[in-house]
Amino acid sequence: MGKHVLVIEDEPNIIEAISFILMRDGWTVDTHANGHDALDAVREHAPDLVILDVMLPGRSGYDILTDLRAAPATRDLPVLMLTARGQAKDRELAERLGASRFMTKPFSNAEVLDALRSLVPS
Amino acid sequence: MPRDTLTGSRIRERRVMAGIKQSELAKRADISPSYLNLIEHNRRRIGGKLLINIADALGVEPTSLTEGAETALLATLREAASNTDMGEGEFARVEEFAGRFPGWAALLAENQRRIETLQSSVEALTDRLTHDPHLAAALHDMLSTVTAIRATAGILADTRELEPEWRERFHRNINEDSARLANSSQALVGYLDEPGETDAALSSPQEELEAFLNEYGYHFDSLENLPEGEGGADSIAEILDEGRERLQSASAQAMARSHLERYLNDACRLPLRQLKPALQRHGTDPAALSQALDTDLTTVMRRLAALPATAGAGEVGLVSCDASGTLILRKPLAGFALPRFGAACPLWPLFQALSRPLSPIRQVVRQSARDGGVFLTYAIAQPCARRGNQLSDPLYEAHMAMLPLDGVAAEERPPLELGVNCRICPRENCAGRREPSILTDGF
Repeated sequence: MGKHVLVIEDEPNIIEAISFILMRDGWTVDTHANGHDALDAVREHAPDLVILDVMLPGRSGYDILTDLRAAPATRDLPVLMLTARGQAKDRELAERLGASRFMTKPFSNAEVLDALRSLVPS
Repeated sequence: MPRDTLTGSRIRERRVMAGIKQSELAKRADISPSYLNLIEHNRRRIGGKLLINIADALGVEPTSLTEGAETALLATLREAASNTDMGEGEFARVEEFAGRFPGWAALLAENQRRIETLQSSVEALTDRLTHDPHLAAALHDMLSTVTAIRATAGILADTRELEPEWRERFHRNINEDSARLANSSQALVGYLDEPGETDAALSSPQEELEAFLNEYGYHFDSLENLPEGEGGADSIAEILDEGRERLQSASAQAMARSHLERYLNDACRLPLRQLKPALQRHGTDPAALSQALDTDLTTVMRRLAALPATAGAGEVGLVSCDASGTLILRKPLAGFALPRFGAACPLWPLFQALSRPLSPIRQVVRQSARDGGVFLTYAIAQPCARRGNQLSDPLYEAHMAMLPLDGVAAEERPPLELGVNCRICPRENCAGRREPSILTDGF
């Protein structure tokens, strides 16, 4: 059984591509497509790592990250933030809120895999 | 938007008194903080359900927010004082101050309102430049689509043995995403190079003027057929009074007055009763009309751009610039894109005209960034003023009329290819390029 990742992203074709890449790499993948009950999804799936988009329907990825870091059970959960906004202030905000890594769209598949492997060594 | 009530000021006053943050009140009223900010600065009318929602959120009666003109002055004065470190004792004497010195109080309140208006303008400009929600949404959509395409293409390129059903699925995804990318790119370009549709986006005097002129279709009936322009000044004053809603800033009002005075002068020199019969014979070709009517080309072009829709003569666009190349008038023509921000394409005949004053230019053009529509243009630069006495060098303005080429005889020469402005122009190796294009080089 490989490591378990939860992908919280609302773009279906990104979900499909990332899921495919990660499953081929041996990860167990769950997906979730909206922000408002994303925390429930994290509690339900108890992943080893979360890939979290910033702009989600219902709730911002930044707000979700804030709540994850406030809860003892998920305070240290590795979170890879994905965003279409790559300005320094966005990166700083993500880091301040406790993101483990920050990746700007568009990214390559290899970059995603490298980031995940560094965050959750096998 | 007229400043016909100070409901917004009362909302702000009540909110501050209640110790509620603007963002919190906006959330409770189910509107955006930026919209509440506009309301609080009396830049948006408010009524109906939204007023009730805000009153509920503040725990007050809606009427307490809409009534009480006598409190408006006090509210404004308190707001002015709240921006200073005035002591509580003095702050509490605001009513006494307004009662004893009503003239000074009114002046202070008026200055406070002007400051608010200026702040709102600055905020609107800043917001537009840095946090344009349409632009942000369009870019986010494009980048998400590109991300999906890149990830999927990477799988197809890197995975040697891919099951047929996965391969088919990924091909379908790329096809869908590329179509979506094409649509969102077109939408983005359209948004960037078309004028704004709502007055919410108006943030410069020129845009206020254009909104005002658009509302009248660039035609002012009351300035037509005035013998020797008699009564013209009164008509202009009436038009400006009617247009108060659009012409909020003093600069926009001054620009509108100047435009209307020139309009009146043109209408006297070339009345509609002379122009209309000539249109029957010559169509809207400015050169033919200029010759037939023995009137200078610039006046003819301006009169064509000011024709009423009822004239049935076909649409004529017009752009004018001063000697610096700054566009000072933009009457749009369907299909011929005008820059929303920044300077226009330097290849336009309008700018060529500045380098050869008084020499008319006739040029068929096609905007390569658009749908390939072909237009006939006439451009000319003429003196508009002198720097000093009669012996000093004149200042020039250039004007360019744009006409649809439909119905005009086919041109032998290929059209001049030009753009809208550099930022949204995909033309490569263009000698006139000032800056890279976001379409080919990204942001």
